Amino acid sequence: MSTYKVPTMAEMAAKGENPEVLFWVGCAGSFDDRYKAVTQAFVKILNKVGVSFAVLGPEETCTGDPARRAGNEFLFQMQAVANIQVLNGYGVKKVVTACPHCFNTIKNEYPALGGNYEVIHHSQFLQQLINEGKVVLQGGGEFKGKKITFHDSCYLGRANNVYEAPREVIKALDVELVEMKRCRTKGLCCGAGGAQMFKEPEPGKKDINIERTEEALATGAQAIAVGCPFCLTMMTDGVKNKERENDVKVYDLAEMIAKDMGI
Amino acid sequence: MSFLPQVAFLIILAVAAFILTKRVRFLKRNILLGKAETRNDQPEARWKTMLLVAFGQQKMFKRFIPAFLHLLIYVGFVVINLEVLEFILDGILGTHRLFAPILGSVYTAAINIFEFLAMAVLFSCVVFLIRRNITKVPRFTKPEMKGWPALDANLILVIEIILMMAILTMNATDQILVARGDEHYIALGTLFFSSLLQPLFEGMSDGALVFIERFTWWFHIAGILAFAVYVTYSKHLHIFLAFPNTWYSNLKPKGEMQNMPEVTNEVNMMLGIPTDAPADPPAEIGRFGAKDINDLSWVNILNAYSCTECGRCTSECPANLTGKKLSPRKIMMDVRDRAEEVGKSIDAGGPGLEDGKSLLGDYISKEELNACTSCNACVEACPVNIDPLSIILEMRRYVAMEESGTPAQWNAMFQNMETSFSPWKFSPQDRFNWADSVKEEEIPD
Repeated sequence: MSTYKVPTMAEMAAKGENPEVLFWVGCAGSFDDRYKAVTQAFVKILNKVGVSFAVLGPEETCTGDPARRAGNEFLFQMQAVANIQVLNGYGVKKVVTACPHCFNTIKNEYPALGGNYEVIHHSQFLQQLINEGKVVLQGGGEFKGKKITFHDSCYLGRANNVYEAPREVIKALDVELVEMKRCRTKGLCCGAGGAQMFKEPEPGKKDINIERTEEALATGAQAIAVGCPFCLTMMTDGVKNKERENDVKVYDLAEMIAKDMGI
Repeated sequence: MSFLPQVAFLIILAVAAFILTKRVRFLKRNILLGKAETRNDQPEARWKTMLLVAFGQQKMFKRFIPAFLHLLIYVGFVVINLEVLEFILDGILGTHRLFAPILGSVYTAAINIFEFLAMAVLFSCVVFLIRRNITKVPRFTKPEMKGWPALDANLILVIEIILMMAILTMNATDQILVARGDEHYIALGTLFFSSLLQPLFEGMSDGALVFIERFTWWFHIAGILAFAVYVTYSKHLHIFLAFPNTWYSNLKPKGEMQNMPEVTNEVNMMLGIPTDAPADPPAEIGRFGAKDINDLSWVNILNAYSCTECGRCTSECPANLTGKKLSPRKIMMDVRDRAEEVGKSIDAGGPGLEDGKSLLGDYISKEELNACTSCNACVEACPVNIDPLSIILEMRRYVAMEESGTPAQWNAMFQNMETSFSPWKFSPQDRFNWADSVKEEEIPD
């Protein structure tokens, strides 16, 4: 039996190889204890399906997104230009990432700084794998028949018009997808975008993630699916705040697929 | 016949044209206080957006009831204005219902359609007044709507109701005079809606009827001209500006922030990357980000003047919904009010932009800017494609780069990114540790 492989671009380059796709892990995917599980799940799927991929590993750094949204354009561009040098150095053509913020930044904002890549979010990548028959779902897994709601991430949805891919992935699990009142173009933010993840909210009556979690719980869903590390944190905190962590779980799409695949 | 009415009419028309020209110049100059930005790419997509969003009211229909009522007023406005053409020609030539003999039964049909639309406009305006003042739809009662904005909205609705009443009254008395054999008036056959009003006037003398008919005619045409002038002082400008505003929409993905090339040059120099920037950099770079309206793009100011304060943005803003101070509608109103203030000051020979005030601080606070999650709900919600988010982000750039005024926790995040290349304080050496356990796991069959 063989073990999972996580090749880096440097290792591949040393062998004179170039993978089909670079998996951009992101800071949350690298450091956040909860989101590391998502990174691992996605890597397992890539291994199982036999996708030719690599990661940057220690060479990866923050895309600069939160700095830019907080107004620090210098810091953003320092990060971006350095990343682009690394990516271009390896001749990267295609990037997949599990973070909608990284996705948006690399896809839409790196071209102005000389970084031109085909960038897709992991929900789109998973949908392609399912459609191509490369990921074969058992459908009888722990999600079968369960009520699941999907929380649209702003940087995936409104920012980039990706609404259907994550829903197609969820539906492939043979579950009952229930929509929240505010979904798709009207989806309510989890409260973490625009660098809010890195500071306390401004004074107000309520935290945004609580408002959103209440809406998710109102659907009667047994699980909340997300496609973003910040949304995952915010919704998980919201569910805990509502003391529902025992009966309502928050999952990333990749985790759900990996679970169904038994990996 | 005396030429007096014609002369009076021409004077009214000339005065209205004069004031309107002056107002349009004032507005144009204010909009161009913003920085130059070229947005002429993809003309086909731009025309299409304008056709769908402004002309076709596509985004209005995300909320059906107000969209339907608004559509009635919109169609009424456009179609009834065809009749204004006749009003103007009659006024200049001293004729009465110039087109009636030429068009015959088509004319009667047209007037019936206008009357139906007048009723529809009346109905919608009454419902809108109820929504604003009696049922108090929440988005119309937010703090930024207190005072003039609320009065402005009510005035517009009341003026429209009065103008429609004038048309119906005019038609009703006109046709009573026909029935009484006054040769000056032209028989039009049945006018369905205004004939319902006739019982109110039938007991009056011929003289009184002629007075009412003439009064309502003059009132309607003078009222429309006065309303056109009023619009330039009001949020109601959207009836014209919605069209250019949607034409100049942002066609890029909503998540994309505009690059700052002046920063790119410096970053490339710091990193030792050769740049194709001119050896002689422009003498004055100006400010980073936006402190005042002249730091914004002219499109931002056009957006502000196109805003009709409907508040759909604010009602979908996650920050506003949870009680934070931010309201995207207020951001737009602030930009417009500041542009007005600066414009008026310049015209009065005053200090203009140098009046010691600025958009940041005097109109928009950091607390508002800091509450934004950049989720684009406001941008998505706007029926005329206004983009409050780009203003917020430009102002954040000023706060961060010119004032170093970002919240302490953001400064800590910046520091983490500078030292460990992640927004959190982790050692960069540990970035790849997540793979350790996976690499040891066996792949099941």
